[in-house]
Amino acid sequence: MKRSWFASLALYAAAAALTIFTLAPLVWLVLMSVSSPTDLTAVPLNWWPEQVDLSRYGTLLNLENGSGTRFLSALRNSILTAGGATVIALVVAIPAAYAFSRRDAALILLFGFLATIMMPPITYILPLYEIFGSLGALNKTVTLIVVYCAMLLPFATWLMKTNIDVLPVEVEQAAFMEGASTAFTLRRIVLPLALPAIAATCMLSFLVAWDEFFYALIFTSDLQAKTLPVAIADFSAGRVTDYGVIASVGVLATLPPAILAICFQRFIVSGLAAGSVKG
Amino acid sequence: MSALTRTKEKWVLLAPAIIVLSLISLAPFLQTVWASFTDAEITALERNSTWIGFENYAYALTDPDFIAALGRTIYFTVVSVGLEGVLGIAVALLLNQKLRGRLFLRVIIILPWAVPTIVNAVAWRLIYHPDYGALNSLLLQLGLIDEYTSWLGDPDWALNMVILADVWKNFPLVAYIALAALQTIPSDLLKAASIEGAGAWKRFRSITLPWIIGPMMVVLILRTIEAFRVFDIIYVMTRGGPADGTKTASFYVYQEYFSYLRSGSGASYAVLVAGISAVLILAYYAGMRRSSQGV
Repeated sequence: MKRSWFASLALYAAAAALTIFTLAPLVWLVLMSVSSPTDLTAVPLNWWPEQVDLSRYGTLLNLENGSGTRFLSALRNSILTAGGATVIALVVAIPAAYAFSRRDAALILLFGFLATIMMPPITYILPLYEIFGSLGALNKTVTLIVVYCAMLLPFATWLMKTNIDVLPVEVEQAAFMEGASTAFTLRRIVLPLALPAIAATCMLSFLVAWDEFFYALIFTSDLQAKTLPVAIADFSAGRVTDYGVIASVGVLATLPPAILAICFQRFIVSGLAAGSVKG
Repeated sequence: MSALTRTKEKWVLLAPAIIVLSLISLAPFLQTVWASFTDAEITALERNSTWIGFENYAYALTDPDFIAALGRTIYFTVVSVGLEGVLGIAVALLLNQKLRGRLFLRVIIILPWAVPTIVNAVAWRLIYHPDYGALNSLLLQLGLIDEYTSWLGDPDWALNMVILADVWKNFPLVAYIALAALQTIPSDLLKAASIEGAGAWKRFRSITLPWIIGPMMVVLILRTIEAFRVFDIIYVMTRGGPADGTKTASFYVYQEYFSYLRSGSGASYAVLVAGISAVLILAYYAGMRRSSQGV
């Protein structure tokens, strides 16, 4: 179908508007992070910095000052928490997914799993807080890992199940004929075939854990365990007079997920779509 | 393999997941339900809480502040998810056209989705800043306002400004799902309709929309479930203020717990919020079943 010039014009105008709407807040965040404090407090603003000032990044990435220590320990905690939770969640999710896919576990149970993460965290928070408190487990990375594992597990199980569903079942049957155990078949036959799905599930799980704020806010209290989202909320609520610092922290925390998202877009989009389109 | 071994194996495979979820989700949930019938408080002192039946619920359901918080949560949810739906479908239709730079657009709209929720909240808070914010500066320079406005300082405006920030982050997900659904429409169908003389709007109404409505409903219900428990963005942008103008249900429960230390009463609010979520979750389940049966 050929478009009229008017329709084309409208389409390109819409595309331009979409580009601006999508990118403007991000571009501005980056600009803020490299503008001088005087540019940022001008009325009206100096949109384009006269000099690119990278000193804030230098400060944040240096352990020898307060902001740097706060940022870098939060970064470490976030990597450990999100990474640890992702690995454990996958180790638990894959056998469960196999049971749903190949051992006729009732799907209503899988839906029950999913219902646990759809409930507001506010319904779990206080009993968990009290139990962890009495165990002396508050403000510990390992505690967050356990909680995040429960948070990632249902979605990871579902994603792995939809992916194992489409693997050819004949190879597994042949292995069983030869007398292989389920554990062996799972490890040596299913896992290698499902590797792309495992990578996609890991990535999505990691991003979800990287983003989590509420549990981290309640369960952590200092540098030892605070994750990036909590540290960023602190930076933003504190008496920071230079907004560029807050912007720099935001840029740094966005880089890992943004890079993953751009590089593995296909993976991510099909993973997200699996949650809504497929059954 | 015998049927018995298969069944036994099934439960062995499921056991770790069931144990984790029972301990971290199910048990705390049941405990919250239990606490909602008591007058428990968070205190360092030894204090035995007593069973008070439905007293907390009787109070909660007549508490005008809680009802108002629920009302704001519903407003937030309906407006954000509604806008995300409309914007998401519009963007998907655009990205489904033959367009120079289409690939570029498809790549960049994943960026808002990738921005962590807290960074999104912080960034928009800076953009809305009453004295040095980009929004004020932009509108002033365009001549649309005469003086700087405190966007988050006005109880009537604040929630809408939070909604805008939320929509910016979440429309990409809806757009991607809509696009995936659009790409399954056989192009012959639209061509045939076009030859029959159906205009663009007619084609959208009678072919495109019915075709994508199943997956759209599923993703929008999912977004509704998420939006209904909104907390993070509120915590960073406004802390429920000004004048409670952005205090949503989750934030209300959070304060009841951690500011007023009333765990029994807080639990009853939490259970009420969970009840509404449960209805939404069942709607999601029904939607999933319908769309997986291939409408």
